[in-house]
Amino acid sequence: MTDLERSASAGDGHTDIDVANPESQYPVADPGHPEHLPRLTDIDEKAADRATRQVATMFSLVPVLAIGFAVVYFGLSRTMYVDFGFLHVNLQHVLLGTTAGLALLLIGVGAVQWARQLMDDHEMVDYRHSATSDRDDREYVVRELQKGTEESKVTRRKVLGRSLIAALAAMGIPLIVSFADLGPWPTKKRRAATIETTIWSEGVRLVNDITYVPIKASDLEIGQLVNGQPENLKELEGTEFQQARAKSSIIIVRMDPRTIRIPASRQDWQVGGILCYSKICTHVGCPISLWEQQTHHLLCPCHQSTFDLGNSGLVIFGPAARALPQLPITVDAEGYLVARSGFTVPVGPSYFERDSRNDFQEGDN
Amino acid sequence: MARPAATVSDAPAVQADTPKQELGPVFKLAAGPSEYLDQRLGIAKLSRPFIRKVFPDHWSFLLGEVALYSFVVLLLTGVFLTIWYTPSMAEVEYDGSYQLLRGLSMSQSYESALHLSFDIRGGLLVRQIHHWAAMLFLAAMLAHSLRVFFTGAFRKPRELNWLLGVALILTGLIEGFAGYSLPDDLLSGTGLRFVDGLVRSIPLIGTWAEFFVFGGEFPGDLIVARLYMVHILLLPAIILGLIAAHLALVVYLKHTQFPGPGRNETNVVGYPIFPVYMAKAGGFFFIVFGVLVLMGALMQINPVWTYGPYNPAEVSAGSQPDWYMGFVEGAIRIMPNWESHIGGTTWSWNVAIPGLGTMGLFFGLMALYPFIEAWVTKDKAEHHILERPRNNPTRTAFGVAAMTAYGMLWIGGGNDLVATQFHVSLNAVTYFLRVAVFVMPVIAFMATKRICIGLQRSDEERLLHGAETGIIERDPSGAYSERHTPISQGEAWTLTQHRQYAALMPAESDPDLTEGQLQRENLRRRASRFYFIDTLRKPTRAELEAAQHHGDGHGEIEGGHDGNGHDGNGNGHHSIEAGATTSGSIPSQ
Repeated sequence: MTDLERSASAGDGHTDIDVANPESQYPVADPGHPEHLPRLTDIDEKAADRATRQVATMFSLVPVLAIGFAVVYFGLSRTMYVDFGFLHVNLQHVLLGTTAGLALLLIGVGAVQWARQLMDDHEMVDYRHSATSDRDDREYVVRELQKGTEESKVTRRKVLGRSLIAALAAMGIPLIVSFADLGPWPTKKRRAATIETTIWSEGVRLVNDITYVPIKASDLEIGQLVNGQPENLKELEGTEFQQARAKSSIIIVRMDPRTIRIPASRQDWQVGGILCYSKICTHVGCPISLWEQQTHHLLCPCHQSTFDLGNSGLVIFGPAARALPQLPITVDAEGYLVARSGFTVPVGPSYFERDSRNDFQEGDN
Repeated sequence: MARPAATVSDAPAVQADTPKQELGPVFKLAAGPSEYLDQRLGIAKLSRPFIRKVFPDHWSFLLGEVALYSFVVLLLTGVFLTIWYTPSMAEVEYDGSYQLLRGLSMSQSYESALHLSFDIRGGLLVRQIHHWAAMLFLAAMLAHSLRVFFTGAFRKPRELNWLLGVALILTGLIEGFAGYSLPDDLLSGTGLRFVDGLVRSIPLIGTWAEFFVFGGEFPGDLIVARLYMVHILLLPAIILGLIAAHLALVVYLKHTQFPGPGRNETNVVGYPIFPVYMAKAGGFFFIVFGVLVLMGALMQINPVWTYGPYNPAEVSAGSQPDWYMGFVEGAIRIMPNWESHIGGTTWSWNVAIPGLGTMGLFFGLMALYPFIEAWVTKDKAEHHILERPRNNPTRTAFGVAAMTAYGMLWIGGGNDLVATQFHVSLNAVTYFLRVAVFVMPVIAFMATKRICIGLQRSDEERLLHGAETGIIERDPSGAYSERHTPISQGEAWTLTQHRQYAALMPAESDPDLTEGQLQRENLRRRASRFYFIDTLRKPTRAELEAAQHHGDGHGEIEGGHDGNGHDGNGNGHHSIEAGATTSGSIPSQ
């Protein structure tokens, strides 16, 4: 039973459209190729001459622009700027681009104009051939492949083929193994030494992240937010510096203790309403930096996760799932803010092996 | 009847008849070298099938060309950039000519990007051409894929070429992102920070993948060099290979063409490669290149010196990836904050699902679609005549729905800017998009389908009643009607050339099928009913003839059929007994 018959018998008598019948598929006969209409340039020699002039003019402007490019390249100072209203541009940059760009454009427009106006525009017909091979070709290929297979003896001595496949498959092992040194393996120990720790530890001073000036508790006003770093970041350089800074960045914020909620377990993590949080978003690790002083909200400019610094850094909006880790701080003998310890949980975005049971959650105290 | 067009003929008899032409000076000059090459390479044999190969003409066929040419521009400008760019994350102190950054510590790659922009004549120009060309490459590929989708050009025998196209868009996205990350400025470094968070979030293997990609802990000192290799060697080679295969298939299968008089499934009507397309396509390459150079000269893009060097402790408000990653960014932004903590493990759905799932979903559905449709229609025929989007309303509606979902995600990628520019709440925008990304595509689907059917009706109107003339006539009974004039046979052929499929009803039993087969067959039938039940059936020859006769007695009043809608059985509403009507008839009340 063919599909068409089936569709006809299964339907309610109305659903079938006989697609196989060309009469029904093409209710209108193909009138054939439309008559070619001559263009103005085909019948009017003057129009053709004009089009020729246009094309030739475009092409001959190209050498002028090309030389102009060289003149701009060697003749103009690199430091000349054009200031005109909103326009502030480097003259050489703009002139190099406009000469080269216009030259290219003229070649292109000229060629297209040539094709459209002057080249013969009689449409041609080519015939399609099915993508499928001829039956002959197929039969030949199958027959000869079969013959060749037998000649190779692989059908009689099957072990040849099997062992070859095993050999080739085994080469996957060196292929994959070679990449095992792409990076250090994040074993439990290495994780603990890298992504699960920061350079914060007991007694490390909180410093301004640009000037490295230590921060005195008494210098902070209510509502003030300071971007900070550990003082020992200064000692690092290069890659280590960047890796450390990607985790150790903090924000220090002073809020009126009466307007915020400090859980009992974190009473001694703060100094008179001065709290310190990781600056690295728990979503994908952007440094969070947009501070709303009145609401105590901190918003990440990358994906708009919003954290409530007045409530242990809990997430109140956006795609981040975990509260910002808080750094326990106190003051040293000279009145400077120092860390009481490192972060109690890993900072930054989540990863599979992360034990997230110790993070602060809504309702914890 | 129009006369037939010139035909490409390789019959030797015809050539024998033509008198031997005197060769032009260029041909005489080239005779020696050509002889030399032909004896070694057989160039005449090689080029013979291609010289006069016919390509059809349509503006929408240029979209793929734009993509191809912008890729060529990317290769040319990219080579220039590699001459000065240094893919190193080693820390240096800037001492170049951009005064505002002097004395700052930065990576060598950022320093070389600044050097290229300020101290190499034309360096900034080429950098900006390269970036604009990347934008255009991706935009043109996406637009080209929409053209192919909405015209059904992916149907047999071109499904595999569609897959190559999907692979090209996907590699193009990654290639673009890799290049975007190379200058190591604050914006691109923030992009890498996001990639770090994304890779990390993959369940089970995330941390391993992160350490392997970055060579240890983020940011490390390897990622820029690795991305450089990926950007200038690995992916360009893959893209070149894919493009070569994509074009080879276009040549082998010959280009599709839109319906029209003289065009059918067995021919291809157009202009020859030499000389017409040599000039048009070659010229178009120069136009694309020229426009890109002018954009590079006049439109600033990615001014890395204003962002400063990458610093993991800083980020600018309004940071966004390049536009083509916007849909993934949007999915990341509007995703609810789902995360599971099971024992000592963390499952970061809030990052992994939108980050990996969005791309997987879009490209997966895109790759599967031709096979889904082929399964529904069970159509095994080759298709070389393009469908007008209206003639496959359900496919067109699916396409618009996908575009709508993409658009919603894309808006989500700029939810902060939408909020600040339109003075609306950021949270409201986000909550709205969480719903809209699912609801709007459904609305778009329904609206598109209705619009397509409406357009089909207007085609039908022209077929049965002719074109409106603007002449109003009054008949003896006082009724007004507009005179219609019959459309040309060429237009009628164009409007009726598409193939139609049956909307099938599920069968209750079928002796030929087992229970399982019947279930699958009925699933397919339900799908086909969903697809084709609303599609307007094109008039049959008898209906067209009947309508023509009615047309003679113009102005007669009869029971109107329009506006009946369809009866839900998919039999359309042009069965003759339903009362085919005349042009401009006014329903009698």
